[in-house]
Amino acid sequence: MSENKIHTENMFLYYSEKMALNNISITIPEKKVTAFIGPSGCGKSTFLRSLNRMNDLIDGVKIEGKVMIDGVNIYDKNIDVVNLRKKVGMVFQKSNPFAKSIYENIAYGPKINGVNDKSHLDEIVETALKNAAIWEEVKDRLGDSALGLSGGQQQRLCIARTLAVNPEIVLMDEPASALDPLSTAKIEELIVQLKEKYTIVIVTHNMQQAARISDNTAFFYLGELIEHDKTKKIFTNPDKKQTEDYITGRFG
Amino acid sequence: MINNIRKNFKGAAIEGVTLFSALLIIAIVIVMFTVIFIGGKSQLTWEFLSSFPTDGMTKGGIFPAIYGTALLVIIMSIAAVPFGTITAIYLTEYAKENSIIAKTIRFAVRTLAVIPSIIYGLFGLGFFIKFVGTHVDNSLYGGTLHWGQPNLLWASLTMALLTLPVVIVSVEEALKTVPQELRAASLALGATKWQTIRKVVLPGSVSGIMTGTILAVSRGAGEVAPILFTGAAYYLATLPGLGDQFMVLGYHIYVLTTQSANVDQTLPIQFGTTCVLLLLTFVLNMSAVILRYRIRKKKNN
Repeated sequence: MSENKIHTENMFLYYSEKMALNNISITIPEKKVTAFIGPSGCGKSTFLRSLNRMNDLIDGVKIEGKVMIDGVNIYDKNIDVVNLRKKVGMVFQKSNPFAKSIYENIAYGPKINGVNDKSHLDEIVETALKNAAIWEEVKDRLGDSALGLSGGQQQRLCIARTLAVNPEIVLMDEPASALDPLSTAKIEELIVQLKEKYTIVIVTHNMQQAARISDNTAFFYLGELIEHDKTKKIFTNPDKKQTEDYITGRFG
Repeated sequence: MINNIRKNFKGAAIEGVTLFSALLIIAIVIVMFTVIFIGGKSQLTWEFLSSFPTDGMTKGGIFPAIYGTALLVIIMSIAAVPFGTITAIYLTEYAKENSIIAKTIRFAVRTLAVIPSIIYGLFGLGFFIKFVGTHVDNSLYGGTLHWGQPNLLWASLTMALLTLPVVIVSVEEALKTVPQELRAASLALGATKWQTIRKVVLPGSVSGIMTGTILAVSRGAGEVAPILFTGAAYYLATLPGLGDQFMVLGYHIYVLTTQSANVDQTLPIQFGTTCVLLLLTFVLNMSAVILRYRIRKKKNN
């Protein structure tokens, strides 16, 4: 594995009293695609959301242990969550464009970061849309409402919106689960391209998807990290029987 | 057999009674509107709307009352809408759903909504005029009477208190229609909470804020009790400023029907004034209903 980008040590997460993540220790390498797989409710999305502290928005969530990004514990008291989220972007399961124009959706992030120069913004918007492989489809209608785009286009727009803030890590929570096969293929292709510049962590229910696009795969079950290894190894020769049972479809 | 007939008859009778009650409601509305329109329609002229009362209020128009009502609801909105919106923002965006403070605020809002309006009037008199106004006079005017008496400002603020619950509830409802996913998207882009509220949540609830404002205005335009002690005047020969008493439609009707030297002579003006007030509140309420319908439709999509 190349340089460590994300590293957790003995991390526990509780919803009120209920333990949702049990002693997670994992190292996620830079500029690779890491997939989290596992049955519903296994904690993979919860874990993903704790990497940019989106769980802070939920009442009663308590986290113990270390969650390090670039060697810094992101749950330290002096961490600015706003800055953390600029560095660790997130794409959600359901595409969630703002009720604004395509242009304004992308420009939203840079603007709140103080970019006001029109030509600079134009440049950021164009680059982000190109990086998200949607520029050709929308370049002639940047002023139209983003809500008029198809589901697949909306999701790529949301990816572009995340890229426009220039993050280092992009977290994706089942980004293609609500899309048709063609749109899914486009998103997958895009994810593979994105790892050149970004560290990608993706939660997916679709094991073929994990096998196709990820370099490393982590299998979660009942709040525990069962196994984490090269994707090839996980899918061909896993160490743990639970992993094998899940991969071969015996449960989940 | 006979039992069955009896049962059927009983069922039909109950249905009939309930239907009759329901139809009665429609009848009341129709009768009310018809009587008022027939009585008032001859009065609805530009002349009536734009001139001062004359001949001891037995002739002339109701312009000062329209003017006073307009100023009253404008100043009231300027006070109630921002205050109510900010409260609603606290309740939906900042307060935890079941925290003691949120529960207490909601209880206070509900309580404000059911307090009889005459009590608002008394509160306005005691608090704004006797307490605030008198203190202002004592400290700024050396005790001479300026603000320690009924006027447009105190009446508007009293009315603002009365309409505050309407604004808070409408804005809260509108803020809740903005999907959580959009807040999450904004925060995940590194926006602060306030940036998220300002740039995503509030633009998404403009129509709700407008609904709240319109409902508040329509409530305020028709209420008389809160301004009885705080600023409403019987008759004024000039248009009011902030520190003056003022004429207002609702109170004008009361004055014409009970205080006039010749009630019969004022009858057409009573009808005309009632007609104007009714039309005003009706139009305001309809626009609020339409706006609200649009918000619900948007929410369901």
